[in-house]
Amino acid sequence: MTPLRSFRKRVQAFMRKPELDAELEDEIAAHIALAIDENLRLGMSPLEARRKALVRFGGIELAKDRHREARGLMKLDTLLEDLKLMEDLKYTFRILRREIGFTIVAILILALAIGSNIAVFSVVNTILLRPLPFTNAQQLVWIAPPPKKCGLSCATYSTDAYDQFRTTTHSFQDVTGYFAFSGPGNLSLVRGGAPIPATSIDVIANFFAVLGVQAAMGRTFTADDARDGSAPVILISDAWWRTQFNADPAIVGKAFEMNGTQTTVIGVLPRTFDFGAVFSPGVKVDAITPLHLYGAPRNWGNIITFIGRLKPGVSLGQATADSDAASNVMCWNLKFPKTCGNYKGNVIPFPLKDYISGKLNRSLVVLWSAVGAILLIACVNLANLMLARTAARSKEFAMRKALGAGRLRIVRQLLTESLLLSGVGAILGLGIAWAVLAWLAHQGSLALPLLSTLHIDRAALGWTVLIAVFAAIVFGVFPGLRVASGSNLQESLKDSGPNATQSRQHQRIRSFLVVTEVALACVLLVGAGLLLRSFLKVLDVDLGFEPARAAAVKVDYNDNVPGDKDGSLGAQKRSVIFQQILSRVKAIPGVEAAGISDYLPLGQNREWGLPTPKERNPDDFKKVAGPLVYVVSPGYIHAMGTRLTGRDLTWDDGPKSPLVVLISEGMARYFWPNESAVGKVLTNGNDLHVVGVVEDIHEENVEGDTGWQIYYPMTQATPSGAELVIRTTLPPATLASAVMGTLRDLNPKQTQAEFRPIQALVSHATSPRRFFMLLVGTFAGLGLLLAALGIYGVISYSVTQRTQEIGIRMALGSTMGRVQRQILRSTIYLTLWGVALGSVASILLARLIASLLFATSPWDVTAYVGTVVVLFLVALVSGFIPARRASRISPLVALRTN
Amino acid sequence: VNPPKLDLLQGTLDLMVLQTLAVMGSVHGYGIARRIEQVSGNEVLLNQGTIYASLVRVEQRGWIESTWGTSENNRKAKFYSITPAGRKQLADDTVYWGRLSGLMQKVLDMDDASEQEGRA
Repeated sequence: MTPLRSFRKRVQAFMRKPELDAELEDEIAAHIALAIDENLRLGMSPLEARRKALVRFGGIELAKDRHREARGLMKLDTLLEDLKLMEDLKYTFRILRREIGFTIVAILILALAIGSNIAVFSVVNTILLRPLPFTNAQQLVWIAPPPKKCGLSCATYSTDAYDQFRTTTHSFQDVTGYFAFSGPGNLSLVRGGAPIPATSIDVIANFFAVLGVQAAMGRTFTADDARDGSAPVILISDAWWRTQFNADPAIVGKAFEMNGTQTTVIGVLPRTFDFGAVFSPGVKVDAITPLHLYGAPRNWGNIITFIGRLKPGVSLGQATADSDAASNVMCWNLKFPKTCGNYKGNVIPFPLKDYISGKLNRSLVVLWSAVGAILLIACVNLANLMLARTAARSKEFAMRKALGAGRLRIVRQLLTESLLLSGVGAILGLGIAWAVLAWLAHQGSLALPLLSTLHIDRAALGWTVLIAVFAAIVFGVFPGLRVASGSNLQESLKDSGPNATQSRQHQRIRSFLVVTEVALACVLLVGAGLLLRSFLKVLDVDLGFEPARAAAVKVDYNDNVPGDKDGSLGAQKRSVIFQQILSRVKAIPGVEAAGISDYLPLGQNREWGLPTPKERNPDDFKKVAGPLVYVVSPGYIHAMGTRLTGRDLTWDDGPKSPLVVLISEGMARYFWPNESAVGKVLTNGNDLHVVGVVEDIHEENVEGDTGWQIYYPMTQATPSGAELVIRTTLPPATLASAVMGTLRDLNPKQTQAEFRPIQALVSHATSPRRFFMLLVGTFAGLGLLLAALGIYGVISYSVTQRTQEIGIRMALGSTMGRVQRQILRSTIYLTLWGVALGSVASILLARLIASLLFATSPWDVTAYVGTVVVLFLVALVSGFIPARRASRISPLVALRTN
Repeated sequence: VNPPKLDLLQGTLDLMVLQTLAVMGSVHGYGIARRIEQVSGNEVLLNQGTIYASLVRVEQRGWIESTWGTSENNRKAKFYSITPAGRKQLADDTVYWGRLSGLMQKVLDMDDASEQEGRA
């Protein structure tokens, strides 16, 4: 206890130095005063009394020194001085300024390596490591069936199913959900002028309560808000509040015209809550509205996604068993008892975090490893540079040793240098990472979750310090050890050029480092090559439609007809409106084809059950998932560039005429394997005449298999919106204003909707792959550059070292060509080793990224051969520069120097 | 002729301080220095200033404690007093010094006779 306490007091004493010094000062003053008092009492004169007191006290400064020493501060104070830290730093600054070229290169390399590490760490931390931005996020589960081909309709549940699930299960504090079929631009806000499109999502009233999110201003929903017939209310996102409402501090309670009704803003969501970032990456969600669960949506079938919050202490396993039991009794619609048990085995909870970021796990780990490799390459590179410097400075070190500097002292000097370099590199790296992250956070179209919340947090700063110190130690230790292992003092001090054995040994270490670098770069290049091949394959996928030179825009229309009992009047009205729109749009110069569909591929989707061939028993197909449904106008298939056999839908396929459909090739093949489906009849209660068969399209994603599709005419089925698709001869963007003008002309209520190239839909779907491919590619490029620098450094250094030797050879008749060849040979030798090691490592590691590849083998020959070729080319170029220099050495000059 | 003053052995001042405080209770630095001088009959070579290094050392070990107070002639000064740990330390040190001085005495008392005995 006592030593500890005394140590603590000493440390305290050190921390409180000025305070304690002042107190001592007071105490000494009191001492002298007391002494003078006593001397005066003894009858001395004031002057004498004072003099005597001071003499008896002894040296005041000495007393203070002793006091400080005793209270421990001297020990620590002098420790710093003993370590000569400041001296080291000052000296380091001087050295680094003298070798400004080396310093700049080293700092740049470090800044790039550390910066990319911080940036990637932040991304990994945001998406993978940090809990979701909700209260007790680990309790939240996503509840869905295993993935199937029938899209969102098979991943959602009905109102009745929701109610039953909520009441039969006991593992959940509460269950909520949202309407999964809201499309972008489904909200139109009128504030004078053209209606402004926005995106809102309908959620069950308890949504925010379950997630544990409070409004930043105002309130979130109550059960009353979701009752049918209650006053329309809306919650707006922080971003929309700022951009659309100028951050109006008094917005709560104000009403605006939205989708034709006065809607009251009841609250603003916190900045930390971004619905899109969590649940639909790459989509900007501006507002949240309550889902009227027991109104019309009750009969819409599967529309709700489930999110549950587990009770404390309930395990996932318990919840799974509980949900499974509930799935046996859940009904699609209570009005149809036959549908009870429809969800059997299709209600499975799993962590919300897995749903949101689980798919990215592997990609992020690969990315993280790639930047880790970059850091290693940078360290190896710098170790090499430092080593070259220590060689050049061996005389300086020998001199310092001769003057009495200990080995440790010199190693410490080198470590100070590397720490200073990596410190400055880390600061610059933070700047780079900050810029990259700021840019990434605003990539709204990048379909990665939580990106908008990217920032450099405390964890990232900690990580920065960690890798900066790690780097400094790695690249400072090599040269440090070299020096410490002790060179021969006299040899170094003698003015006789480099010591042959030592430099050979030196060269070996440096060669080893370069081989390491090349091997690491090789692994990175192979990885990048495999990802690039996959990406190209993805771009090559036949989507079933032609994304180039096509664009889509959301069309507003009103097909309400009073007294429309069976919907046929509405259908007729739609027919008129859409025919008018299409004929006007087609008349715009540059428009080749136009059509309308309610949903677009790679966007939302739904299914309406499976119509089966009329001649077969529907029960034969109980286990088969239904096709995705598109309600389209005539000409849509053509405008999308999808192949069609048979005939297209026409405007004559009206509400009163026989029902017709187009089906996809896959579906046609399944039902009628050996004959044409055109002319066959499907039934789902009504007879559906198949008039045409269209190409399978990638409706959900680019990389997966295609499912089945069925197309109903807009005049016989009710669309849930209208997307006008145009195919153009000119770049689509140039027609935007003409098309919008026409739409506005026909319907003044048309919102100022976004004109979206179809290519953008595809890019959005492939954006995560492109993102990872580009990043890994960038890192591979960086690695290659560093490896090239390393090769150049080593070869160039060896040429400098051997100037004399080369001079003698040339004097003895060697030709320029032979000298060059010899130097290039050593370059190739190094590269060969690096490539060999790197290839073996790649072959072993490739399996780890196999799951990230698309239609590409992890041992894809092209990627490997490409890597080897690139590496050799780069190596030859970096070896050629010093080789050329060597061959230009004039024997006279070479022999004269030294 | 006065004999030259005694130089203090390392560590002895700390013990003197403890003993002084044990006897006198709460005393300021000047008082302690004066007391030691008086008791030693002015035989100790003591720069009064050195007392403060000793005081802070002993205080850090928890053997004494200090508070600011006012002296009898109304001067503000820091008053020191001994702690229970200090009393225990003092007792230990007193025993130690007793043994040490006894030993020193014995060693110094060695005369030729005993020396020869030892050789025999």
